[in-house]
Amino acid sequence: MNTGDAKTPKLGVREATKIYHTASGDLLALDRCTLHVAANEIVSVVGPSGCGKTTLLWSMSGLHGLSDGEILLDGKPVTGPHPDIGLVFQEANLLPWRNLDANINFPFEIKGEKPDRAWIAHLLDRVGLDGFGGKFPRELSGGMQQRAAIVRALSLKPSVLLMDEPFGALDSFTRDEMNRLVEEIWLDAPTTIVFITHSIEEAIFLSDRVIVLSPRPGRVAKEYPVPFPRPRSMEIMATREVFDLTNAIKMDIVGGRAGTKARRPAETAA
Amino acid sequence: MSSDAIPEFHKAKAGDGRDVSLTNLSAFSGGPGVKSGREVAAIVVVAVIVIGGLEFALRFFEVPQYIMPPPSLIAWALFDEFPLIAPHLGYTLVELLSGFAIGAVVGLILAAVVTQFPFAEKIVAPYILLLVTTPMLALVPLLILRFGFGYTPRIIAVALAAGPMVMINAATGFRRVDSAKIALARSYGASTLQIFWKIRAPMALPMILVGLMIGAIFGLLTAVGAEMVGGGFGLGNRLTTYSSMIQMPQFFAVVLILSILGILIYVLFFLIGKKWASWEA
Ligand SMILES: Nc1ncnc2c1ncn2[C@@H]1O[C@H](COP(=O)(O)OP(=O)(O)O)[C@@H](O)[C@H]1O
Ligand SMILES: [Mg+2]
Repeated sequence: MNTGDAKTPKLGVREATKIYHTASGDLLALDRCTLHVAANEIVSVVGPSGCGKTTLLWSMSGLHGLSDGEILLDGKPVTGPHPDIGLVFQEANLLPWRNLDANINFPFEIKGEKPDRAWIAHLLDRVGLDGFGGKFPRELSGGMQQRAAIVRALSLKPSVLLMDEPFGALDSFTRDEMNRLVEEIWLDAPTTIVFITHSIEEAIFLSDRVIVLSPRPGRVAKEYPVPFPRPRSMEIMATREVFDLTNAIKMDIVGGRAGTKARRPAETAA
Repeated sequence: MSSDAIPEFHKAKAGDGRDVSLTNLSAFSGGPGVKSGREVAAIVVVAVIVIGGLEFALRFFEVPQYIMPPPSLIAWALFDEFPLIAPHLGYTLVELLSGFAIGAVVGLILAAVVTQFPFAEKIVAPYILLLVTTPMLALVPLLILRFGFGYTPRIIAVALAAGPMVMINAATGFRRVDSAKIALARSYGASTLQIFWKIRAPMALPMILVGLMIGAIFGLLTAVGAEMVGGGFGLGNRLTTYSSMIQMPQFFAVVLILSILGILIYVLFFLIGKKWASWEA
């Protein structure tokens, strides 16, 4: 698959730098992080915890601004929340006082738009939540809640879907199931997906490309293309190639954490 | 709040301000509920034993009526005297409802506004604490001097007692920012007002209900207390009148009415909480 150098990338992150100003001083979370995502590409971002993955994703979504650099969607700078960008949060983040239907209706209420009922019904059916509309989040399993969150994000037909460790809290069987679901949804209607995870297997199973971030401050340390055709079977995951790839990425993350060269003086100076 | 805040999901669970109120929502998760036949039977049996035992003991030991009349006499007095007590119940309810309504509305608005501005909140907080901790009953003589013996001083006292209770609990509710939920709304381009009505208000609702319940009960206490201080009407006035005339069965009949009022307030808010705020239990 084209990795996005040929024409204008769907989503571009150019020299993204993010400094948090906290009570205990400034904290450099992202340092001149640059990456591009092609249209309909699935890119995973992995990296040690606290390296700035969520910061990067929130910047891409326009939820918070950058200290320096820019985010480009179809070549245009993203300066705030954008209707073409859908976000799936670290936990399902459903509103507990609303039932499933009302949760999925929430974005439309905010935007004052009429929901596309047929599309939503199709999505609910697709993820196996047909008939659960009257249930409250507390009545749904973790997997079902996350499916609902995916439906909520897709209901607005975004052209870019950003997912922040969406399945991190799920058990490994449910997680595998959710990964297959994401693949199916993508095969149905390809979109551009940026997927943050701390599971290397999940990253390899889902993506066209895995990007490894350095420890904080986050910047792109390595990139690995994942050239397997879709749909990917679980058997592929047991091959030598995947094993080697997994190990290489693991070494990048662990090695990067042990190394000292990733620590930049800017972090303490700023 | 800072637009940069990224929620720490796992920490948020433990204590994002949910536990800093006078009471908490266990008020809505336990308490009265649908009871089985056996439970009802047990409750009735215990009640009969307690009331019957009291009746028997008071008569057997010949406790003088001015100390404690037996339950049967109180029940009779309640029945016999009710036409005379009823108008006073009405006066007390008028004071309670109007004072509570004023206090609750002002308290809610203040809580909503003040929590939007953390700096303003820091400035107002000590005064609210002062209002919460000062028994408003203490002001009643002063209010009577200023406003006379009518409804006015009592309604003011009830409002002053209920308002701060509503405010302090509602503020706790409004302060419960779940940055992930606010970020969710913002990701769809929600305005500050939309975030307030669609995220902050529903999240605060359970605490608001707790505040309303406590406020109403404090309001009832204050109304009765104010009636005991001065003015010729209201249930509190009946208490002082009956006790000065040593009409103890009638006195306890009024006490019983007040207990029932208090319980009704509790049950009312319990049911509202069960219906509208049970998502949190
Ligand atoms: N709102 C914030 N204010 C201050 N520091 C923050 C904030 N959000 C995140 N950080 C810090 O920035 C770094 C990167 O955080 P984050 O992007 O959440 O990492 P990751 O998602 O990779 O675990 C961490 O050290 C974190 O503590
Ligand atoms: Mg994160």
